[in-house]
Amino acid sequence: METLKAQKKDSKSQKAIRITGAEAIIHCLLAEGVDLIYGYPGGAIMPVYDELYKFQDKLTHILTRHEQGATHAAQGYARVTGRVGVAMATSGPGATNLVTGIADAQIDSTPMVCITGQVTRSLLGSDAFQETDIVGISTPVTKWNYQITKVEEIPEIMAKAFYIAKSGRPGPVLVDITKNAQFDELDFVYEKCTAVRSYKPVPKPKSSSIEKAAELINSAKKPFIVFGQGVILGEAEAELKALVEKAGIPAAWTILGLSAMDTDHPLNVGMVGMHGNYGPNMLTNECDVLIAIGMRFDDRVTGDLNTYAKQAKIIHFEIDPAEVNKNVKVDVAVLGNAKETLGQILPMLDKKEHKEWRAEFDKMYQIEYDTLINKDIYPTKEGLTMGEVIEQINVASDQKAVIVSDVGQHQMIACRYAKFKQSKSNITSGGLGTMGFGLPAAIGAKMGAMDREVVAIIGDGGYQMTIQELGVIFQHNVPVKIVVLNNDHLGMVRQWQELFFDRRYASTVMTNPDFVKIAEGYHIKSRRVTERGDLQEAVEEMMASKDPYFLEVKVEKEDNVFPMIPSGASVSDIRLK
Amino acid sequence: MEKQWYTISVYSENHVGLLNRISGIFLKRHINIESLNVSKSEIEGVSKFTIVVFTTEDWTRKIVGQIEKQIEVIKAYYHTDDETIYQESALFKIASHLLFDERQIQNIIKEHNAQIVTVNREFFALAKTGRRHEIDEMHDALLPYGIMQFVRSGRITVTKAAMPISEILQEFQEN
Repeated sequence: METLKAQKKDSKSQKAIRITGAEAIIHCLLAEGVDLIYGYPGGAIMPVYDELYKFQDKLTHILTRHEQGATHAAQGYARVTGRVGVAMATSGPGATNLVTGIADAQIDSTPMVCITGQVTRSLLGSDAFQETDIVGISTPVTKWNYQITKVEEIPEIMAKAFYIAKSGRPGPVLVDITKNAQFDELDFVYEKCTAVRSYKPVPKPKSSSIEKAAELINSAKKPFIVFGQGVILGEAEAELKALVEKAGIPAAWTILGLSAMDTDHPLNVGMVGMHGNYGPNMLTNECDVLIAIGMRFDDRVTGDLNTYAKQAKIIHFEIDPAEVNKNVKVDVAVLGNAKETLGQILPMLDKKEHKEWRAEFDKMYQIEYDTLINKDIYPTKEGLTMGEVIEQINVASDQKAVIVSDVGQHQMIACRYAKFKQSKSNITSGGLGTMGFGLPAAIGAKMGAMDREVVAIIGDGGYQMTIQELGVIFQHNVPVKIVVLNNDHLGMVRQWQELFFDRRYASTVMTNPDFVKIAEGYHIKSRRVTERGDLQEAVEEMMASKDPYFLEVKVEKEDNVFPMIPSGASVSDIRLK
Repeated sequence: MEKQWYTISVYSENHVGLLNRISGIFLKRHINIESLNVSKSEIEGVSKFTIVVFTTEDWTRKIVGQIEKQIEVIKAYYHTDDETIYQESALFKIASHLLFDERQIQNIIKEHNAQIVTVNREFFALAKTGRRHEIDEMHDALLPYGIMQFVRSGRITVTKAAMPISEILQEFQEN
């Protein structure tokens, strides 16, 4: 530990108090400004729960119905607030149940601290009851993790955990605490961590690369911006908007970048990627300068790398040096926090309009609108579409709601058609694609933004993966609005089976329970819509409700999500049908 | 891109879980670690991992990026064999009677500049330091006579170019 010491501020003014490790953990959380945590008790974490009981006026603990729900709720909270989400569980199965949410937070760069109890130090390695090597298990999916076996380590490690989770490119941190360290006493003093010797969270921007980038942008005839979550995490929304407007550059978003820029902004041209918009995908292969901001060229964005933007010079604004040249070779890398780097490049850019180039996006949008958007959101066929439900929510919420989606067809439709006027409003599992994310994440999002409407859009498959979290909504009367778009199928897999596996629907047909009755069992107001004529009124009733509300919409069973870039194909091979 | 030998040098804090983190980075890309050595470095309290891989430069560069991203890693470098001075060590355990029965054994020891570490009635131990192929040659020469035990260490390396870790640490402290 000697070599690992975080730099400390002058601590002379603080007086040590003699307390147990369990109480120290609560003080650490309070010192980090945590007032809400999600978790599930059990043997190895009981001393901490005993302290949570004593501190319940300062620190609210929400009992989720499964530890996975605790992680997703913490993620939802973190994504909507920009603060660190906290989840807690016991050892063994409690800890292993956190792993999916941790992996999700890792790949989607979500700041989260997970605290797990562990068997007492003397039993470590003895296959004790509910012992599992959660540090070993979570290593590949955490930004950092640590096992505390001595009570004295608690303040320093907890401070480091919060600092590492939040700084630089955020991510999940797991702290495993043996039971003896919870029971033992220490002289407690807390100092926030502000630096770790070997860790440099934000690279210093180089003025030479910023100048080079500015030159490229100024000389571009067909510049194109793709922005990702780095803009939101770096709180660079205003800088992005200023840059886009000054340089007149059409800008598209990755699924996690959605809501960083108003969806109705005239220079916002839509989504890139597998189910993104037609124009942004096609024109990726026609632009002359591609400006990637806070995104990581995920395979769902790029399609076939050998045919991705080969004609373009590529500029990459990125906080994580390991992402540069990882998937796409770039011409200029601008390392640093997007807020800082975009702020620095802005005065160097010429004012431009790029009217002809922008008109190409408009043209492509018109093609997409006529071919499918119109039919998706204003359908005339008999069955209800997912798109028209999203459009009704846009209207009823005045585009102000936080939209939380699960994973699958409904997610793609929600992200394609939901409209936003405010950042941090689109919460979805992008990188890991975790079915079951939606419902618990919506609980966390709502508790992080009580003044906003939070609408969870979930498919019938993913809903049943974490449906037990209705218990939290009921017990704490969390006024989330839950919309299940029920097509009685695992829709996205079914779509792939239809398109690429000769319609062999292997295990994708679902015989579903009565979801309305289930919601009623939890005393949640609920309604089912099967006819188009009832949709608008039902959505309005839901949005007007002060209480939690469950709305099931029976949608067309075998609709597909288009456009689509077939897996491994080029972005310009995007199919409209 | 062509595969070749790369030596990855990692300067890090001495942290118990770090080896697991680093080896996981190779594991998930199916890149075999040909040799691994962990020791203290020229800076007090700083550990040095020396990892040898046979792969492309592109993969090596990406791996080094992922390694450097780990919280406790101060800096990671990669070098080709030409850019480094490197050695491995080996120990051979051989039956003692061979030293007297087989005259050739003494010649092998001399030719390969090996050291006799210990001798007793049952066996003697030879130590050899050199490049991989030199150790292999000595191994092959001794093999017909019978080797009771053989072990070779991981590669250790110093680079021809500077690795300014102290300066990097200084810079980290200032930021």
